[in-house]
Amino acid sequence: MVEAAWLFLGLLAVLTGASAIATALSWKSRRKGDVLPDALANLNSRIKAWWIMVGAISAAFFFGKGGVILLFAFVSFAALREYVTLTHTRRGDHWILIGMFLVIIPVQYYLLWIEWYGLFAIFVPVYCFLAMPALTAISGDTARFLERVSEQQWGIMLSVYCISHVPALLTLAIPGFAGKGLLLIAFLITTVQGSDVLQYVFGKLFGRHKVAPKVSPSKTWEGLIGGIASASLLGAALYWLTPFTPVQAGLMAALACIMGFFGGLVASAIKRDRGVKDWGHMIEGHGGMLDRADSLVFAAPVFFHFVRYFWT
Amino acid sequence: MDKPGETFGKHVTRRAAAMVLAGLSRAITGVRPIWQGCAPAGRQRIYFANHASHGDFILLSTCLPPKERARTRAVAGADYWRKNRVRHILARDLLNTVLVERNWVERAEDPMVIMLGALAEGHSLIIFPEGTRNMTEEPLLRFRSGIYNLALARPDVELVPCWIENMSRVLPKGAFLPVPLLCRVVFGTPVQLEPEEDRHAFLARARDALLALSPEQQRALDHG
Repeated sequence: MVEAAWLFLGLLAVLTGASAIATALSWKSRRKGDVLPDALANLNSRIKAWWIMVGAISAAFFFGKGGVILLFAFVSFAALREYVTLTHTRRGDHWILIGMFLVIIPVQYYLLWIEWYGLFAIFVPVYCFLAMPALTAISGDTARFLERVSEQQWGIMLSVYCISHVPALLTLAIPGFAGKGLLLIAFLITTVQGSDVLQYVFGKLFGRHKVAPKVSPSKTWEGLIGGIASASLLGAALYWLTPFTPVQAGLMAALACIMGFFGGLVASAIKRDRGVKDWGHMIEGHGGMLDRADSLVFAAPVFFHFVRYFWT
Repeated sequence: MDKPGETFGKHVTRRAAAMVLAGLSRAITGVRPIWQGCAPAGRQRIYFANHASHGDFILLSTCLPPKERARTRAVAGADYWRKNRVRHILARDLLNTVLVERNWVERAEDPMVIMLGALAEGHSLIIFPEGTRNMTEEPLLRFRSGIYNLALARPDVELVPCWIENMSRVLPKGAFLPVPLLCRVVFGTPVQLEPEEDRHAFLARARDALLALSPEQQRALDHG
């Protein structure tokens, strides 16, 4: 696919540019003092992690459908592990918890592999959501029952069901777009993650008015509007990856980025509730897998259903 | 570290088992060491930790640098690990534990002699001063005297408190499949026996040093 090669080269150029700027800044600050300021050290490790993430995604794309499904099954595993670590679990939940990792994740992604959309769409919200409280009740421990069951179900919803809608884009039969599903995934990831970065940049440069100061002190209206507007333009400019016209591509990118913003906000609220700063430490400089994937969690299913409704 | 009289085949098996276990515990728990009160140095140490799961000492040794891990052995209860052949082979040949008898009415060998023997051979030790896996709601049980006797006999060996976080949720008592959850091991400041300090005072102080590393206590510290 020529388009994939162009996108890859583009990302390579952006990352090289970012690395060059960060290296120059670090070099300049080292000449003045011995210690690198925290913000700069964090920027360096963030950019390094981006190289690794772009590398991992490119490698998965190289192996096609199987590679992408495996990659997102792993993202689900890492995200669910971070989520469950923060929840309240009891001795009686042991088998349910194991089932979440050893049964639900493999089955959900296997359904994608065999492209059984009907079951893929309801396996979690119907069968798992009924089976999990039933099994918890059988275990006999009713202490904080509602709380435990809800936490487990929402963890599956966020970490497995929502994230599995990214590779699900491969299964859509879009007329005139056969065999190009990977490009649609690349479009979604690039715009949503780009929006995260652009919101951060606009927020740092112009941020004044906080959107939800009690939830996240770093999210400002200036960052939000600047980030989403510029990411939508980025989406429009990437229309050649998609079955959309440039205007449609911009609107779809805006939709994904607005959902992504809500994803980040909800993730911040959960972290604040549990008194932690980050979900984990898997990705250096960013925190855990969910710190990076939170916006994708909310964006993926809505993006998927819009494409499914309007383009298939 | 080589065990005297060990055949080459057994040596290779033991080293391979140690590598596989460390790899597995990293893959499942993403374990991170937090060197809060000391650095991962090369000197001989006794690591003492809270105990609620069979995975505890594997997790702790995974956090040690490879060289230190190779010479560190966990002290475990002989009554449990000699109960049947499989357990005994596991404990002796694969996990390389130092087995001591806990029931001191019937015991043939003095645990202190065995532990001091391992220290004299140059090993670092992992001990669980609660004496058994903690199944209560209490964060930490009362300490047994062994740790005091070790501190008295070998003042040159550092006693490092290590708080193992979440392992009891990953692999609770009686479970054989682990739940993947993120774990940490917090290493605190080494505890030393003060001159004239009696057994009770030292045991209480060592226990407090370990308890201070638990998440509840750490959170209280963070929020002043």
